[in-house]
Amino acid sequence: MTTIRLPRMLRQLMHRRIVMVSALVLLVIAVLAIGAPLFAGADPNDTAVLERLKPPSAQHLLGTDELGRDMYARIVHGARYSLSIAALTALGSVLFGTLIGLVAGFFRRLDAPLMRVVDAMMSFPDILLAIALVAILGASLANVVLALVLVYTPRVARVVRASTLVVRELLFIEAVRALGVRTSRILWRHVLPNLLSPILVQVSFIFAYAILAEAGLSFLGVGMPPEIPTWGTMVAGSQQYADRAFWVVLFPGLAIILTALSLQVLGDGVRDLLDPKLKKAA
Amino acid sequence: MLRFLATRFAGMLVVLAIVAVLVFVLTRAASGDPVSVLLGDQATAADIARVQKEYGLDKPLPVQFGYWLREVLQGNLGQSIFLQRPVAQALLERAEPTTLLSLMAVAIAALIGLPCGIVSAVLRGSWIDQLFTGVAMLGASIPSFWFGIVLIQLFAVSLGWFPVSGYGAPDAAFGERLHALMLPATVLGILNSALIIRFTRASMLDVLGEDYVRTARSKGLSETVVVLKHALRNALVPIVTVLGLTAALMIGGAVVTETVFGLPGVGSLVVNAVLRRDYPVIQGALLVIAGIYVLINFSIDLLYAVVDPRVKV
Repeated sequence: MTTIRLPRMLRQLMHRRIVMVSALVLLVIAVLAIGAPLFAGADPNDTAVLERLKPPSAQHLLGTDELGRDMYARIVHGARYSLSIAALTALGSVLFGTLIGLVAGFFRRLDAPLMRVVDAMMSFPDILLAIALVAILGASLANVVLALVLVYTPRVARVVRASTLVVRELLFIEAVRALGVRTSRILWRHVLPNLLSPILVQVSFIFAYAILAEAGLSFLGVGMPPEIPTWGTMVAGSQQYADRAFWVVLFPGLAIILTALSLQVLGDGVRDLLDPKLKKAA
Repeated sequence: MLRFLATRFAGMLVVLAIVAVLVFVLTRAASGDPVSVLLGDQATAADIARVQKEYGLDKPLPVQFGYWLREVLQGNLGQSIFLQRPVAQALLERAEPTTLLSLMAVAIAALIGLPCGIVSAVLRGSWIDQLFTGVAMLGASIPSFWFGIVLIQLFAVSLGWFPVSGYGAPDAAFGERLHALMLPATVLGILNSALIIRFTRASMLDVLGEDYVRTARSKGLSETVVVLKHALRNALVPIVTVLGLTAALMIGGAVVTETVFGLPGVGSLVVNAVLRRDYPVIQGALLVIAGIYVLINFSIDLLYAVVDPRVKV
């Protein structure tokens, strides 16, 4: 197993044009989200009855929705919610998933019990488990994140466990063990750094899945409250006007697709670097 | 062989048991005190105590879990609060559209995913490969509800080829119901084909590097025979697994698509139950859906053992 160090990996990643474009797209979306009040140009909740369902124009770049709210402003503000939920979900599930996977993969005796729980949790369809959890916890930003973290943690745990099983058998682990290094230090200093790359891949993929899942939850009306603009609530609120004003559904959807796609291209780029078997021009 | 079966079976039972505990704990945590729900706010303390005793709710939680599990094992999933019928019956009534939808969607996903994945693997690195890989990633980035709305606008509203919503009248002919499922099945099939393309490609790449493929080539067999007969047959086992699990996950996992298309399936049953806080339905549905997944997973494991002699016996 070759360990690719992070700076070199980043450099190699940026050599591939498509990966670089994705990274740029994500950067732009992130900047727009963080500086939403600056870039939005209008209040996302300003209603204007006379401006209902107006097509894209110079004044309303992406048109207006059924209450005359500016679609562009809502998408930019929606990015804040959608991206924060997804980012927190990715961080949370990778944190807990790595912990569980590391322990299960490294300590033989804990492997079976932990992984059976993981198996059990993964036998619920993602979106269904998320719906049930949000129903139980109550719909709020924190609870949507918590529910999605619970849904994706087992997935990360499985991946990290598999990689840990490989790393723990490597010679240098045996060597540091023979040197009498404490187990906690072995895990932290020697095993974990070797798992960094698969973990990074998981971060980007779960980020993408969480964007889609949050949109799905909000669409079903069990996620974020409808008055908060997320990309999911926007589609849910306006879908009945899709036949008269295609832009109310088209643009939030494109925002979701563009973000999820860029994240996956980025994750895929990282994976390609790591797994020579999957390399494009082998 | 027998030992393999026994271990797998035991493992499956353990997972099922954990699923049952999770479902019980989750829904119990949510519904709070079922007695006050049952009796309403007019009930006196004495009434509550009596009913609690009657239903065993004064016992510790593990004992209550035992009671519940005994009922479940006898096929009694409880009574829906809103639908005025047993949960098991409500689930059965919703089973047909969901099962058909899931089978049709997996068929479409396989029809798209297998050929694209095979071509991608054989022409690895070519522009076709990059195109298919890109399309697969795009497919995995499209929200199903959005895709559904777009297809409804195009093929149902504008062109009128399919019904906009629903599953036909209750007495509709089988063909009519299949017709109503075409559009939702296309949505799920196309979106899920992304996973199948990726998986087929990876699985074929693994196999194409094997010695027996080189042997077949050096025997002078045509590339078509090598790819379709020697490689694909061996690559197919993991692909079939993924197809099976995809179908299983769509029971309940197709909830968003079922909602968009107004299908009276299992998924929309759960969403309505969630919106109305109908906990017996949530509880029963989660248990059955996860149970089906575990059982299908187990059957695939068994098939592996039968089909592939390399699986440790």
